[in-house]
Amino acid sequence: MASSVSTQAMHAPAALETRDLNAWFGDLHVVKGISLSVPQNDVYALIGPSGCGKSTFIRCLNRLHEETDGARVKGEVLIPGAAKADNIYASGVDPVSIRRRVGMVFQKPNPFPGLSIYDNVAVGLKLAGIVRRNILDDVVETSLRQAALWEEVKDKLKKPGTSLSGGQQQRLCIARALAVKPQVLLMDEPTSALDPISTARIEELVIKLRNDVTVLIVTHNMQQAARISNRTAFFLLGELVETGATKEIFTNPKDTRTEQYITGRFG
Amino acid sequence: MKNMKLSAKDRSRKIYNQIWLGVLCLLAFAAIMPLFFIFAYLLVRGWAGLSLSFFTEIPKPVGEVGGGMANAISGSLVLMALAAILGVPLGITCGMTLVELRKSSTAKFLRVAIDLLTSVPSIVVGLFAYALVVVPMKGYSAWAGGFALAIVMVPIVARSTEEILKLVPRSIHEAGLALGIPRWKVLVRLILPGVKTGVTTGVLLALARVSGETAPLLFTAFSNSFGFRGLSSPTASLPVQIYTYATSHDETWRQLAWTGALVLVFVVFCLNLLTRILMRRT
Repeated sequence: MASSVSTQAMHAPAALETRDLNAWFGDLHVVKGISLSVPQNDVYALIGPSGCGKSTFIRCLNRLHEETDGARVKGEVLIPGAAKADNIYASGVDPVSIRRRVGMVFQKPNPFPGLSIYDNVAVGLKLAGIVRRNILDDVVETSLRQAALWEEVKDKLKKPGTSLSGGQQQRLCIARALAVKPQVLLMDEPTSALDPISTARIEELVIKLRNDVTVLIVTHNMQQAARISNRTAFFLLGELVETGATKEIFTNPKDTRTEQYITGRFG
Repeated sequence: MKNMKLSAKDRSRKIYNQIWLGVLCLLAFAAIMPLFFIFAYLLVRGWAGLSLSFFTEIPKPVGEVGGGMANAISGSLVLMALAAILGVPLGITCGMTLVELRKSSTAKFLRVAIDLLTSVPSIVVGLFAYALVVVPMKGYSAWAGGFALAIVMVPIVARSTEEILKLVPRSIHEAGLALGIPRWKVLVRLILPGVKTGVTTGVLLALARVSGETAPLLFTAFSNSFGFRGLSSPTASLPVQIYTYATSHDETWRQLAWTGALVLVFVVFCLNLLTRILMRRT
């Protein structure tokens, strides 16, 4: 089904590739044999109705899925340079080292309570042992600029991260993820808890982020996928139905189920 | 006619309501009466002996007038500090382990064990500390007393830490993990600082609890009448001193016991008040 896109993707080096990836919650098989390839510096949207496994899928890409009780993963996820033979599920690979390369932004803004705006951004580096003040200052500013938050918070970096508005908190979380310089950034419905203006700001910044990082974004909002992504995958009941250039998927889907979904006949 | 009848019924219902409300208030009042009686009685009997010398002087021999409980006060402070140093890190670690292991069978086992430890009579804890510390050290000591009190503190601190940590949303844990921070660092460096007021509250409650413990100290820290002489010597404490003096035949000593009880209750009261204030702030 995905063959035409995969061949396209072959030309650009893949930032991430999954091979026959499966995930379970106990006995519940929620991700079923997904193989897809994400080219470098893409914004790759994952769309599909609720419960189709797209969130679980991206939680497998930074080995976070396994942190849930009873969760299980089978298959390969290849990220160049992240592990031996690039497979992050190869035996002996430390999930911690993978998560440094694959950042994540969650559905609800979740800044660390009790930490200042500055520390929320710097904490990833600080706990990795980087303590030089000038380096941290630099990274904090760069990351907050990348997340389009610098101008709003530069005078109150010592205030708690939780004192910001919801939209600002989410951009803080993006800055926090960017501060550790990930190769890939996973975003799990990052705007679903936000108002339209905050959503627009985050969409703008995601488009800009493309230059620095490969983005995989799960979204319920098809307009959002159309606005910000250059490639889209459609998930249904844990399976990958179709992938392709976003324009193609939205104007000329090959699978009737994709067409039904994007025209609003279910989901 | 019909209306009249109804209103008569209404009236009797109102009277019944008043009566039962009165009974309930009385019973509720009766339940907390002991607290007021204790306070009032301690104030009446203890106030007379309250003076600077009570806090600064050591007890005088039987028959002599004057003296204070400086030995017991300093000893209690030492014992509580020792208990906190030994018990708090252990209790907090235990609470964190419970949260981290969540529903695993190890966590279930630990939880039952901790609840059992909470209900072990404190005199038994004292015996345990006697066998484990006093016998090998060949003598009563502050170490032994602090150790016994620490055992009483651990389960209280562990369970309160667990409850507080459970209130932290899972998404905060995940945010830390997703940054490539190891699990233990997420807990110690990111989650714990966010709930430090809550954890402190648990620690203070545990301290309030052990500040009045007598039984575990009777044959561990024992007592002395000359003040603190080092961690390896017998050490006096307010509860044990009160116990000894209250049962003595010397009038001056009995007065010291009353005043000591007043001071002890006041300290516990203050610790409880402090936890309330902290809790309201969170």
